Parts: sequence; C-alpha cells; structure tokens
Amino acid sequence: MPRIGSALQELRAIESLAARDTPLARQDPRAKLVATLLFVVTAASFERYVVAGLLPLALFPTVLAARGDIQGRLLARALWLASPLAVMVGLFNPLFDRAPMVELAGIDVSGGWVSFASILVRFALTVSAALVLVAGTGMPMLCAALGRLGVPQSFVTQLLLVYRYAFVLVDEAARMATARRLRAPDQPRPGLSVYTAMVGHLLVRAVDRAQRVHRAMIARGFDGEVLPTRALRWRAADTVFVVGWCAWFALVRSVDLPGSLGAWLAATTA
Amino acid sequence: MHMADALLSPAVGISMWAAAGTAAAIASRRLRQQADDQLVPLMGMLGAFVFAAQMVNFGIPGTGSSGHLGGGLLLALLLGRHAALLVIASVLTVQAIFFADGGLLALGANVFNLGVVPCLIAYPLVYRPLAGTAPSDTRRAIAIAVAAVVALQLGALGVVLQTALSGLSSLPLDTFLWLMLPIHLAIGLVEGVATAALVLFLRRAWPGLLEGEAPGRRPAAARARPLLAALAVAAAVTGGVLSWFASVRPDGLEWSVTYAAGTDALVAPGDGLHGHLARLQQRYAWLPDYDWPAADAAGAGAAPAGAAAASADPAPWPHPKPGTSVAGVLGGVVTLALVTGVGWLLRRRRARA
Repeated sequence: MPRIGSALQELRAIESLAARDTPLARQDPRAKLVATLLFVVTAASFERYVVAGLLPLALFPTVLAARGDIQGRLLARALWLASPLAVMVGLFNPLFDRAPMVELAGIDVSGGWVSFASILVRFALTVSAALVLVAGTGMPMLCAALGRLGVPQSFVTQLLLVYRYAFVLVDEAARMATARRLRAPDQPRPGLSVYTAMVGHLLVRAVDRAQRVHRAMIARGFDGEVLPTRALRWRAADTVFVVGWCAWFALVRSVDLPGSLGAWLAATTA
Repeated sequence: MHMADALLSPAVGISMWAAAGTAAAIASRRLRQQADDQLVPLMGMLGAFVFAAQMVNFGIPGTGSSGHLGGGLLLALLLGRHAALLVIASVLTVQAIFFADGGLLALGANVFNLGVVPCLIAYPLVYRPLAGTAPSDTRRAIAIAVAAVVALQLGALGVVLQTALSGLSSLPLDTFLWLMLPIHLAIGLVEGVATAALVLFLRRAWPGLLEGEAPGRRPAAARARPLLAALAVAAAVTGGVLSWFASVRPDGLEWSVTYAAGTDALVAPGDGLHGHLARLQQRYAWLPDYDWPAADAAGAGAAPAGAAAASADPAPWPHPKPGTSVAGVLGGVVTLALVTGVGWLLRRRRARA
C-alpha cells in the first residue's frame, strides 16, 4: 500500500484522466472490462518458462493507453508502487530452479531466471492493463458496467460509495498525519497510543459522517438502493473491439509470434 | 499480503473467484433480507475508512518496522460478518484497480484470504466463542488478538497454497510455509494489538458503537457452518473441474474457447483458423537453428503446449539450445519495438487530429 500523499496523488491523477473525452473513454465500459479480464486470464495461462511469447500481449495496454492518452509515466509509477509479493516470491525461482535452460552469448541461464523474467513480464502486463482500464473508464462507468453485467446492485453501490468517500477520508487521514508530524517532528511514525487515537477519531468521524449522509440520502428519496445514473449503449464498434482483441489474444496464445519472427530474422540475416 | 496476478494460474484464480463470489453473493442476499437502509452509507464510509486507515502506520518499538490495521476483523465487529465481507471485498477491488495491489485475476484469492477468512472464519469461529456474550475489556482484547493471529495464519496459508497450486513459483511448499507463517504470526499479533487498542478506544469514545456485535445477534457459529460447507463445495468443484481440464489439455484458454463455442472445430488442427496457424507454425519450424520447444521444458520463446506436446519431451532437464534462445531474444526485442512503435504512431495520429 502506498503512503498517504502518493496515494492521494494517484487517485486524483486517475480520476482526472478518466474524466477526459478520449476515443478510449467513449468505448462502452463493458467492452473494456470484458476484454481486460480476458487479457489477464490469457496472460496467466502461459507456461511458466515463456517470456518472449508473452510480449505481443503488450499491444493491448499499449494501444489502449495511446487511445486514452494515458502517459507511460503513470503506468511506470503504478508498477513501482504495486504490491511487491510477485517480485519477492519470484526472486526465489533462481535459487531453487538452477538447471540451465537457455544460452545467451555463451552464458547458461537457469530455468529459475527464465521463470522469474516470465513473472516480471506477467506482473507488468496485468498491472498496466488494470490501470489503463480504470484510467480510461472511470470508476462510475466501471460500476455501471459491473451492474449491467450482473454484479448485485448492493455491491456496485458499495464500490461507488467506497470510491467516493476514499477521497474524503484519505484526505482527512493525510491532514491528521501532517498535524502529528508537525507536533512530533523527530518521530517518523506514531506510537501505538497516538496511532489508536488518530485512527479511532478517523473512524468516529467516518461513522458520524455516514449518519449525516444517510439523512441527506433519505431527504432525496433514498429507499435502500442507489440507482445507476448513466445509460450504456453498446455499438457495433464495441463488438469489433471485443472480438478483435479476443482474436489477437487467441493468436498470441496459439502461435509463438516473437519466436517465429526471431527465427525468420536469424535465418534471413545468416 | 496481497496475492498477485503474476503468481496465479487461470485454474486457481478462477476457482478462488468462484469461492469468493459465492460468499459475496450469499452475504449480499442476507443483507437484502435485513433491509437496513442505514447500513448502505455506513458500509461505504467504513470501507473508505479501512482504505485510509491502512495508509497510517505505527512504529513497533525496538524493531524499526511498522504495522497497520488489517480491517477485516474490525469491520466484522462493527457491522457483522456479512456486511463486513462485502466492505472488505469492495476495498480490495478498489485497491486492485487503483493501486495494482494484487490484480484482477487475483481479486478472488485476495477476497478469500483477507475477507472470507477473517469475516466468516476467524470472527464467528474464534472471536465469538472466546469473547462470549458480555466480555470484559481484557477478555475482548485477548479474543481479538487470537482471532487476528488465526486469520493472518490462515490467510498466509491461503497465499502459499494458491501459489503452490499455480506452479509458477519454484519455491518448495515447505520452504514457502516456513517463510510465510512466522512472518504472519508477527503481523497477526501486531494487527491484533492494533485492532484491540482501537476497539477499546471506541468503547470509551462512542460507547454505543460496538453494541451491534454483542447481544441480540444470533450465535454465529451455528449459522456459519452451512455457508462454509457451501463455500468449500463450490471451491472444490470448480477447482476439481478446472484442474481436470487443465491436466487433460494444458492449454486452458483453448479449452474455454472450445467450451464457449460448443464445438472443437477451433481446436482440431487442419481445420479453420487454428489449423491454418498450426500449418504456418510448422512451415517456420524447419528454419535453421530454431527449435519449437516442447511443453514445460521450453526455451525463452516457448510455444503453446497441447496435450500431445506435454508428453513429447521425456527429458527432465532441458538442454540449452543457443539457436532457440537467440531467436527468442531477437523476436522478443523486435516484438517490443513493434508494440512501442504502434503505440507511438497512435499517439502521434491523435496529437495531429
């Protein structure tokens, strides 16, 4: 989990990206969601020692990021901040899997390093695809898509509310953390008792705010369910988008494009 | 610790989605039956609270490291186990898509490890029996700490088993267990202490707030059993079915294509698109210095493995083949350059338009 400051920055950056009108944003969110889920499953379905064969999949996040005007810098930052479990566990592969597998420039490379590289490529692909999805769609539209795809409305409402109030409460937590640091500049982190008081007050304020929000919702006719505000329209272009990307994933999965490309290049230059 | 997409196989990922989805659907139905409209904004706000609170760390004296709140157990205490599960699932979803904590395929596994385990196992089966109906502060704190430790141990066990079953990591199961369980024993204790301290603070700051969890509610253990049984059956069935298909035909995507199309025309070589590509593949195969690697024991540019290919290579140790590696690396570099080029062209076209 990133620190408060960078988390707020990240949330705001993504929200402002999603608010723009780009070709990617005009695409039906259901099409983007389905294609991204298929992408992630395809990336995960490769054998453990595949590295080059995975790379053509990068076309999907690359094209979507270009159509959505999403900068590579944002993706790089997300990769840097992302949960390190995959990298940490992957680092053990070279220790336990030492049988030589490939030879590069006269050096034997063990299977462990190859599978570690494969994990890193999968990591980069899946993280960037998820981020491109949300930055090119926005949380409200994504939630509308989830609702239309059959996710229970209570969970969709929950997601929307968590997202909406995350801004408010993270902001509040950040102000609390700043106030504490100003009072105790020589302590980088609070002790347990100060921490308890901070987080406890954050919780008490959150519950208090929820009660105010509830009264406001009732005043506006709330009867237990939040109705989706946006209508979604599926166009022919969305069908082409999903079918086209599915075909690309199937092609990449069934034919080793970089392998044959490399073999062809090696043969023609030799 | 969040499970990651990069460590998961589709069979394990989808099985965990099925298990977590079943639990969330049941929780959703129970909540609808309660029809308490106050819960809606409260659940949203508490989800945002957990999200924010996980970013505030406290120092652990004498270690130089820090800890933070897990949230699952605290939410179960405040909201009851069904609402808590939905809140945790929503927080994990937001974390997965905004901060790449875990990932989309791993979301099911994460909701199971960090949501189902604390809310539907540790809270009703450990905390409730230990705390009893009207616990003293000490008894309540101990019950919370024990439940937090159990939840973290089971969650870590989940991560280890999901990683091992996926088969992408080379870490032996026992080594991985020895790494994960002691670390999570410490994390569980820290989380338990933080949660207990917070709950005791809330008892003083807002005495009515925790009332929901003590009297009045039905004893949880008895009702939890059918739910857990349903979950176990759902996980076992989907896991069993998926892994059976996975072992017969290692290419999970091909299987799902066949299944979705209702025909095996796509899979049969010599027919349609796949056959054409297979022939294309064979035409390249005679090119000098290049080998199509077989199944698991493959070079950097490994080809997809069909059922036949899986049994084709009996040698347990793959032999390095320089030609193969060169082709793989060369092809990989050129592919990356092509992909980057396509992205650059698209951006330029958009910038001009």
